[in-house]
Amino acid sequence: MRPKFELLDKALIERILDEAFQLLEDPGVRVAPYVVELLSSAGVAVADGVAHIPEALARRLLDLAPRGFCLYDRSGKPAVRYGGDDVHFDPGSSCLNILDPATQQARPAMAADLVRLVQVTEMLPEFAAQSTAIVCNDVPQEIGDWYRLLLVLWYSEKPVVTGAFSASSLHTLLDVLAIESGGSDELRRHPRAIFDVCPSPPLNWSEFASQNLVDLARGGIPAEIVSMPLAGATAPVTLAGSVVQHAAECISGITIHQLAQPGAPIVWGGAPAIFDMRTGKTPMGAIETAMLDVACAQVGKYVGLPTHAYMVAGDGRVIDAQVEMESGMSAVLGALAGINMISGAGMLDFLACHSIEKLVIDAEAIASAKRLIAGIEPRSDSLALAMFAETGLHGDFLKLKETRALFRKEQHFPSAVIDRGLASSDGSTPGILERAGQRVEELISAYVRQPLPDDREKKMIAFAQREGKKAGLEGLPEILKPEYAPEAGLM
Amino acid sequence: MPSDRPDDLFSTMRQSIIDGASDTASSLARQAVASGVAPLDAINNGYVPGMHDVGEQFAKGQMFLPDMMASAEAMRAAMAVLDPELTKVGAERPTAGVVVLGTTKGDIHEIGKILVGTLLSAHGFRVHDLGVDVAGDTFAAKARELGADIVGVSALLTTTMRNQKGVIESLEKAGLRSQVRVMVGGAPVTRRWAEEIGADGYAKDAMSAVDLARELMNQKVLRQNAPVAEQA
Repeated sequence: MRPKFELLDKALIERILDEAFQLLEDPGVRVAPYVVELLSSAGVAVADGVAHIPEALARRLLDLAPRGFCLYDRSGKPAVRYGGDDVHFDPGSSCLNILDPATQQARPAMAADLVRLVQVTEMLPEFAAQSTAIVCNDVPQEIGDWYRLLLVLWYSEKPVVTGAFSASSLHTLLDVLAIESGGSDELRRHPRAIFDVCPSPPLNWSEFASQNLVDLARGGIPAEIVSMPLAGATAPVTLAGSVVQHAAECISGITIHQLAQPGAPIVWGGAPAIFDMRTGKTPMGAIETAMLDVACAQVGKYVGLPTHAYMVAGDGRVIDAQVEMESGMSAVLGALAGINMISGAGMLDFLACHSIEKLVIDAEAIASAKRLIAGIEPRSDSLALAMFAETGLHGDFLKLKETRALFRKEQHFPSAVIDRGLASSDGSTPGILERAGQRVEELISAYVRQPLPDDREKKMIAFAQREGKKAGLEGLPEILKPEYAPEAGLM
Repeated sequence: MPSDRPDDLFSTMRQSIIDGASDTASSLARQAVASGVAPLDAINNGYVPGMHDVGEQFAKGQMFLPDMMASAEAMRAAMAVLDPELTKVGAERPTAGVVVLGTTKGDIHEIGKILVGTLLSAHGFRVHDLGVDVAGDTFAAKARELGADIVGVSALLTTTMRNQKGVIESLEKAGLRSQVRVMVGGAPVTRRWAEEIGADGYAKDAMSAVDLARELMNQKVLRQNAPVAEQA
């Protein structure tokens, strides 16, 4: 059996949904002018920018949203399945700072850091998808959105969890994706990326979030609602109350999205958190935050939708026991909850900082969590009797052929990041940070970039040079000149 | 009911703030006015010490933000009674400083800023809250209009945090930078970021924002009192 962790019984889920539907009617949801006509024409009363969504309509549109869909890798193969109890992980996204590998102090993140992070993520099987993990401080802000996506696509073949910070940049991001996929039709058929779209708590779809929902639906590109109730600040203080708000924000987003394009892929996702009543911070590593994630996902599963959550992040400012305790616990709970995409690995300090060293440590927690949800299986006709019949009371299980045949299925073998007593080559006993740092360097050394098909590579470079020039970008940070210099005609 | 002795009245006022009891704070203020207690005495000997106690207990982790919000609300309720009385007698509550607050351009989050504004008001600052999604020039215009001592700029998002720098540039452009102290805050903001953009201070939470605002006011007073040669 697949082990499962649930926090809500059926009666409570029904109450949560019932209250969420009531909220959508009264007080309603604040929406932007961009979607007023779309909603009105479907019979939604919109007054003073507030939409009052009838339950019957919302339920009908919820039923139209697909139960599952895939993201594809660069070669067009399905690589991430959203839906059911599939569990995938990707690094946290859009971080301004990074723990410097040499000093382990936070500093502004640069394009070079993003490339290292992407390379490490590419090498780790624990991450099914990449994310646009870092805001590159050495790239002009006005082109930051698409440039970091371009870097991820340049260095990775995995699907990407991304997002736009404005309505206009979404279209540039879609242009970059279309070039990489070999055209917008191909992108629509085999979407490589999913876009996070965030309502503003409580119950507010801003102009750019509304526009993103509609444009993604019509473009056939999957959208992931990231609802962020802060329990006690921008949402009810009770966990159950915040889950209601999360449900209402998701349902209203899905209503807008499915009205724009029925059947377009969308995810019931979020980054809920509690609001710490001593500091006003939003601890991502708090157990109540993980409880919110699990409960919100459970409601999404109940209505039959793919799910997402923000977990595996810790709150300390350096990689320490606190940060890894928080990250490990939340990785395990997210996996047990069967959440389809769990974003957040690598992050610390209340999502204010990323760390590649933490990412490789988190990968070990994720691998353990995945082993956990694989569960305990009977691997042979008898569980133990046949093996006892062979060895009797001598206890020589190590010699048995079953042992050799089955130990790899039964045991997960962590990398050298986890201290299992393997001596290092020089007999020293490096600490966790040193082991993580070594692992990062090994992965980066082993990484080999797979080039795009030649014509797409040229088009991406031409695009980046043309659009970058408009923003005064000098050269193309972290895209090495020899990779495009021979094509002088493109310069 | 408190006795008629002013000390007992002040102590009950103080307790009403600690308890976050708006109705009590307000009725004690009315009682003080009716019995001829000077409004400034009620403020300085009753309510303000209550707010100080709250700040201390909060710093020790013995009180929490909802308690603090209730205390600030009780303070506001008392002041709503006492402010008109001050005006009647031609007195004025000494202002700890004039602060213009807002969330930076492109950002619509304001919970942290509201907390800061509430606590600054409760601690005697005159606060003008510009709301959310505020352009740098709007900060500068309001700072000029009110003769602000401090401009506080909040940002929740890593992207909009960058616009805090724009506010400082707007103040410079308006020729106000030397008169106005700038403090920044918000989830992604760090001390290092504050230094990088040339802000005068960073506060990690609402209570430290009050301490920071006081410190910035002290710096300003010291600077104003310093001999001209030292300022050069």
